[in-house]
Amino acid sequence: MRRRFHPAEAGMRIAFLLCGLVAIAFVLVITLYLILAGLPGFGHIGFWDFLLGRVWDPAAGRFGILPFLLASLYGAAGAILLGAPVGLLCAVFLAKLAPPRLAAVLRPAVEVLAGIPSVVYGLVGMLVLVPAVRRWFRLPDGASLFAAIVVLAVMLLPSVIRVAETALRAVPPEYEAASLALGATEIETVFRVSLPAASSGVAAAVILGVGRALGEAMAVLMVAGNGANMPGLFRSVRFLTTAVAGEMAYAAGLQREALFSIALVLFVFILLINGALAALLKGR
Amino acid sequence: MVPHSARRRMRDGLLRGMLWLSGGLVAALLAAVAGYVLFRGLPHLTWELLTTQTSVLRDTRGIWPNLGNTLYVVGVSLALVLPLGVGAAVYLTEYAPSRRLAGAIEFAAGTLAGIPSILYGLVGMLVFCQLWGLQASLLAGSLTLAVMTFPTVLRTTQESLKTVPQSYREGALGLGSGKWRMIRTVVLPAAADGIVTGCILAVGRVVGESAALLFTAGMGMSLNHVFASWENFSRSSGATLTVALYVYAKERADFDTAFAIAVLLLGLTLVLNGAARLAGRSIRQRGGERRE
Repeated sequence: MRRRFHPAEAGMRIAFLLCGLVAIAFVLVITLYLILAGLPGFGHIGFWDFLLGRVWDPAAGRFGILPFLLASLYGAAGAILLGAPVGLLCAVFLAKLAPPRLAAVLRPAVEVLAGIPSVVYGLVGMLVLVPAVRRWFRLPDGASLFAAIVVLAVMLLPSVIRVAETALRAVPPEYEAASLALGATEIETVFRVSLPAASSGVAAAVILGVGRALGEAMAVLMVAGNGANMPGLFRSVRFLTTAVAGEMAYAAGLQREALFSIALVLFVFILLINGALAALLKGR
Repeated sequence: MVPHSARRRMRDGLLRGMLWLSGGLVAALLAAVAGYVLFRGLPHLTWELLTTQTSVLRDTRGIWPNLGNTLYVVGVSLALVLPLGVGAAVYLTEYAPSRRLAGAIEFAAGTLAGIPSILYGLVGMLVFCQLWGLQASLLAGSLTLAVMTFPTVLRTTQESLKTVPQSYREGALGLGSGKWRMIRTVVLPAAADGIVTGCILAVGRVVGESAALLFTAGMGMSLNHVFASWENFSRSSGATLTVALYVYAKERADFDTAFAIAVLLLGLTLVLNGAARLAGRSIRQRGGERRE
């Protein structure tokens, strides 16, 4: 075949290549900036004093983020404990049990739940959940870790449902047919054959949910109370995300450096979660 | 059929009940959230609110500037992300000579998709507002959101490009078309529905985003005449609908206005979801044809 040089062809090839490389460039720039902006804080405050310090008091020059770290971890864990079972069961329902016409209504409903902006969840949480928590548990203020956990549990439902349902649908029908032919009931087949066969996808769904919960800022900012306290279920708490969002607007000097260091800590968590996700989905 | 024992029947019934219950719970959650937002917000979503701006002097409350800001951010970020995302998807499906480079690009896109929006906001602030000197402006916010929605557009376009039948490409190349001509005249038109879906999803994310805009686009509530001059276009700052909702609810305790904005956002979510479903349907149909 005779190949002639076409300037337009060669030019577009390079243009498309550049578009692809932009993805890598974005990741590199984000990583670089978070590291560059986050490291000085670690240096000035001291690595362990920063990570394990129990007091955050910028006025007194004390920058310990253990309260935020634990609040984020407890918050994500609580939201997963509350939300993942419901999400997984709902995914099973959608993938295996729901009558097609019901599924055709429920599936778009899950999509809408995913599309609702986080500030709307925050607003409803602020005006419905927070007062309810105050009344139920007779607290002076309902804005607490508990309220944040409930809101996050609702918010991570759609991502858990979507990923788990996709995994459940990918289970080869032969597995289920074999189980049914051996005399297992429909329900036994779903729980003993389909779910275990989709286990890596189910695990991915849960991990994705953890990532969502760790990264959410606005809704938490509106319902968690934002006190820099060591976390307790009914205490006002600040997450890693809300610590950054709450003070960045006016912070300066060492406080600002510390906020960027918090962002770096959050970024490391997210990278770990992404890595776990990639490993899980590759194994499939 | 072998009759099942009473215990198995009971356990079956119990689990079946739990599955129905969780499905019902998810539906009820949506109904509760949407119903409450409508109940609280609909009475306050007036024509006056939509067309005026908030002013203490004139004692008016309005979200007209915030509507404009949202439109600006949607338009500019989409204009930026569309060529980039589609271009990257084309590179991955049509060119990508080495698996390793393609793998690296896909891994990068996956990483971008997992980064929380608050971190996009911080880096956007450092790079666009400070390094590029844009200050807190709608333009800086739009740039930040373009980066954030890049993986969304890339992925949906890529999915759609994969369903374009190989025979289309072979036909075009066989008739003597060059690769770029083939992509422009055959592949991209055939994948248009996927590109549209990607755009709708990106718009949905932009409309709903708040954390990434807090420090990049500002929180102002006054009207921007962005098309008056380049200066206005590039320097104007202000709150989009979501950021305005946050400010009204958290800082001004004006819950009526906040819920009215929430109704608007809910409506936009419904419309965008419906549109994405419509556009997505034709891809699925084509995917089905190809498998047959």
